[in-house]
Amino acid sequence: MYQINSERNQLVVTKLTNQFTEAIESNEIMADMLCISIKKEAILQALLFLRDDNELQFNFLTTLCGMHYPEQQQLGLVYHLHSFRNNHRIRIKTTTDINDPTFPSSTALWPAANWMEREAFDFFGILFSDHPNLKRILNVEEMKDFPLRKDFPLEDQTREDKDDRMFGR
Amino acid sequence: MAEELDTDFWERDFVKTEEPKEYNTLNVGPTHPATHGVFQNVMLMDGEFIVSTEQTIGYIHRAFEKIAERRPFYQVTPLTDRLNYCSSPLNNMGWHMTVEKLLGIETPKRVDYLRIIVMELARIADHLICNSVIGVDSGALTGFTYIFQDREFIYEIYEEICGARLTTNMGRIGGFERNFSAKAWDKIRHFLKTFPAKLKEFETLLVRNRIFMDRTINVGAFPADRALAYGFTGPNLRACGIDYDVRAMNPYCSYDEFEFIIPVGQNGDTYDRFMVRQEEMKQSLHIIEQAIAKLDAMEDKETYFAKDPRFVLPPKEKVYNNMEALIWHFKIVMGETDIPAGEVYHSIEAANGELGFYLVSDGGRTASRLHFRRPCFIYYQAYPEMVKGAMLSDAILTMSSMNVIAGELDA
Repeated sequence: MYQINSERNQLVVTKLTNQFTEAIESNEIMADMLCISIKKEAILQALLFLRDDNELQFNFLTTLCGMHYPEQQQLGLVYHLHSFRNNHRIRIKTTTDINDPTFPSSTALWPAANWMEREAFDFFGILFSDHPNLKRILNVEEMKDFPLRKDFPLEDQTREDKDDRMFGR
Repeated sequence: MAEELDTDFWERDFVKTEEPKEYNTLNVGPTHPATHGVFQNVMLMDGEFIVSTEQTIGYIHRAFEKIAERRPFYQVTPLTDRLNYCSSPLNNMGWHMTVEKLLGIETPKRVDYLRIIVMELARIADHLICNSVIGVDSGALTGFTYIFQDREFIYEIYEEICGARLTTNMGRIGGFERNFSAKAWDKIRHFLKTFPAKLKEFETLLVRNRIFMDRTINVGAFPADRALAYGFTGPNLRACGIDYDVRAMNPYCSYDEFEFIIPVGQNGDTYDRFMVRQEEMKQSLHIIEQAIAKLDAMEDKETYFAKDPRFVLPPKEKVYNNMEALIWHFKIVMGETDIPAGEVYHSIEAANGELGFYLVSDGGRTASRLHFRRPCFIYYQAYPEMVKGAMLSDAILTMSSMNVIAGELDA
């Protein structure tokens, strides 16, 4: 149904492990894409390495989005990178504790990250150090909650007659 | 006696004694005919020239990503309609294919070809709107009024296929809800026969029109490296000279069996974006012709759904007379179909760029996280850099040539 480029995947894993050793937490193939978890401390260097390495050349930031893992009390970021030269896509994940939701900003690497990081801040409350203009983007400025976190109810919060379990999940 | 002429007057340097410059703030949007959608640009103006721009977006944010976490997969399709509402079928098909990737459903070739016909029609409809609106914003209303008849005709084809026009909710996970009717085929063939001449007519109105050329060539030009850094995709990136097209790079839906050219521009200006879309419409027609030829060569004329009963509603006679069929009917409608845990990213070449769906499932009845990669949202951030120092009237042309759709921008 879809092809997996295992040769290039292996190359990415080997190169990243050589460069960052214990900062690489895990790697696995999910459906058609290689997915690598990297520790927060090394994420910016790893992205820079992936972008600028001569063999890898992940020059294009396809998308960046926030995640919330309520069981682990964690917030996360998911980057989708694309190497046009090698036609290769990978997914990079990183997590942080929900009480310390700060990641380094990747706007210096890709200006495209600017609004996507603002979106992650807007919906998950993820903070980005060195972001040029970190403020809410789609919601109103006065909003206090972070609506895509799992503890934010979809239904009207003032209503008690509606049980979320009956509506969807 | 005549007063002595003040000869010093001509020697004086007026420019130097001028007061410091005064800038004006101009709001373009949120409701403004030039934005063609609900978003705001706060522009700092030095006379007619733009000093800086700041965008405010989110006026029609509808929390699709949150709603999608509470809805069974088939109920997410109407949400995708409302992203880029100028080409809803493209979004629908992209979403179906994402779910199929997660579930491991293999679609029959016939379904793929039917989908390609619908997707390319949607691409033509979207490009028609964008290109004719570039004409309107440069003062040429004629093309717009003429070409809308053909867009209308494409909507009639949608109507024959799925019953809806704008927000189509077309197809199902695994294929289509019904086969294309004879009338739908008639209309598609009629469109293929009549549209090229009309497109040519539209083109002759603008392409070598001196006024249009003066208004668009070298206006809003953006270099390729900046476009890549800003995450441009689709016609906007191709206008800069980079031949990135998801259909060719990561073929989905049997696009690898089709012959088509990826048009590219050179300067990345408004004219190039217009021309790239214009050529893409012709390529789309070519693809549809190939798809029809492939379908005609097939013996099977009935398959419109994957051989996977997990998401296809059983026929009504069976539902009324057969217990298992009734149970399946309810399971599908109530969203109780088993979904494997996993993560997929699937992207398609939508009308204005790479439309991606990042779907995370934890095995529950709904997605645990769904993220849309909305091409507009990503490339619209480059707008201040594109129009810096430009005239206001050119900035408006640049905006319409970028094809920013508010529904997709705000999700």
